[in-house]
Amino acid sequence: MSSPFSRGFRGRPRSAAAAGRLPPGQYETRDFPVLSAGPTPRVSLEAWDFTLRGPGGRTARWTWAEFQGLPREPVTADIHCVTKWSKFGTVWEGVSVNTLLAEAAARGVEPAPYVLAVCDGDYTTNLPLADVTGGKAWVALSYGGEPLAPEHGGPARLLVPHLYFWKSAKWVRQLLFLERDQPGFWESHGYHNYGDPWREQRYAGDE
Amino acid sequence: MTRAPPPAGFAAATTLRPTARPIVWRLATVTDAVSETPRARTLVLDVPDWPGHRAGQHVDVRLTAEDGYQAQRSYSIASAPEDARVVLTVERLDEGEVSPYLTDELRVGDRLELRGPIGGYFVWDVALGGPLLLVGGGSGIVPLMAMLRHRATALRTAEADARHHVPARLLYSSRRWDEVIYGNELARLGEDDPTLEVTLTLTREPPQGWMGFRRRIDRMMLAEVAWPPAERPHVFVCGPTLLVEAVATALVALGHDPARVKTERFGPTGGPA
Repeated sequence: MSSPFSRGFRGRPRSAAAAGRLPPGQYETRDFPVLSAGPTPRVSLEAWDFTLRGPGGRTARWTWAEFQGLPREPVTADIHCVTKWSKFGTVWEGVSVNTLLAEAAARGVEPAPYVLAVCDGDYTTNLPLADVTGGKAWVALSYGGEPLAPEHGGPARLLVPHLYFWKSAKWVRQLLFLERDQPGFWESHGYHNYGDPWREQRYAGDE
Repeated sequence: MTRAPPPAGFAAATTLRPTARPIVWRLATVTDAVSETPRARTLVLDVPDWPGHRAGQHVDVRLTAEDGYQAQRSYSIASAPEDARVVLTVERLDEGEVSPYLTDELRVGDRLELRGPIGGYFVWDVALGGPLLLVGGGSGIVPLMAMLRHRATALRTAEADARHHVPARLLYSSRRWDEVIYGNELARLGEDDPTLEVTLTLTREPPQGWMGFRRRIDRMMLAEVAWPPAERPHVFVCGPTLLVEAVATALVALGHDPARVKTERFGPTGGPA
């Protein structure tokens, strides 16, 4: 069905900068909206840890202090929220999931084809392994040069900018490697299982 | 505090992939448009083959300019699931691209592309039980109103069925008296129903003789108005980000189970990060 014109609607001036950079159905924002399904969890850094768990149950664990010792990478990326806003050129620093996997492999933890990110506040999201490896995903610790604020997922959030931003799970604490895909929180509440913004995979059943 | 174990089969059912029926675009017709406040307008829509919705869900609206340019935004549904029409209430954002069109330009008889319903978490119906605690700010009242309208309908139709007698409290923050959305209907619902308490707070310029709260929602106000945590209310908080952050944090500090506090935030953060 081709869309009928909306009488009297002109929209914002078309931006040359946004052309080609804005996925379908998105608009550019300069702000940084906050979206979460519940209260912002707060955890002390003394109690914080990060765990990778392989399909056999073996784990690699880092305390906050140990995690600070891992090499960080700067990341500049456009991010796209399923609620329609996109923000260009966001600047982060984080530990590549590649780095975590290499460290974990040295401790006998092997990956598997699917990943479930588990967070404080019981939030979860699922991704294929291929989408968190190859330099496409990080555990981000800073945004805009500052430690990550709690409402934006601090102290640490997953950053997977090529998928809709709900996949960049706030308050991430664990990556579970699974032989079989397991839908996460929004993926069980009507949202798309994969969430590619360029294919506009917003909701279950899209495409 | 312990949680009741899930019913048998619960875990298995939730691991099933949801039925992936596409949420299609439908062409709705505006059958009525009502000004609620100087900034908010209600649109009544006739949507062919509307599949029905749950209170708290939203729709995506898509506008198309003559050159083919399109813009999409999400709006909460204000109507009860029992209502065959889809009713939206839209607040005008002065710098907005879509909301000024919906509040100022759109007329009865115009058509609008829409798809939904969307969202399976920020939802409530009487079968989930209570008590129900709703906390809203500004146009964050809209999905909460769908819940109250649904609840009122269920109360009317359920006769003496005790399961439908869900006590409810609404705490609603507006800037000014003339920005209170659904003010008359909320007053009427509260008068008709002794098990519904409606509390308003006005954060700026309360009218002369105003006896109610006159500040932003804070922990002390919640301690006074909200169900105590021991009652284990279902809590829904919707409004601007700063209000939702403050309310959700205060509720958790008061002892409410974070898992029972469902939030929906909109608007800017008020800060760069």
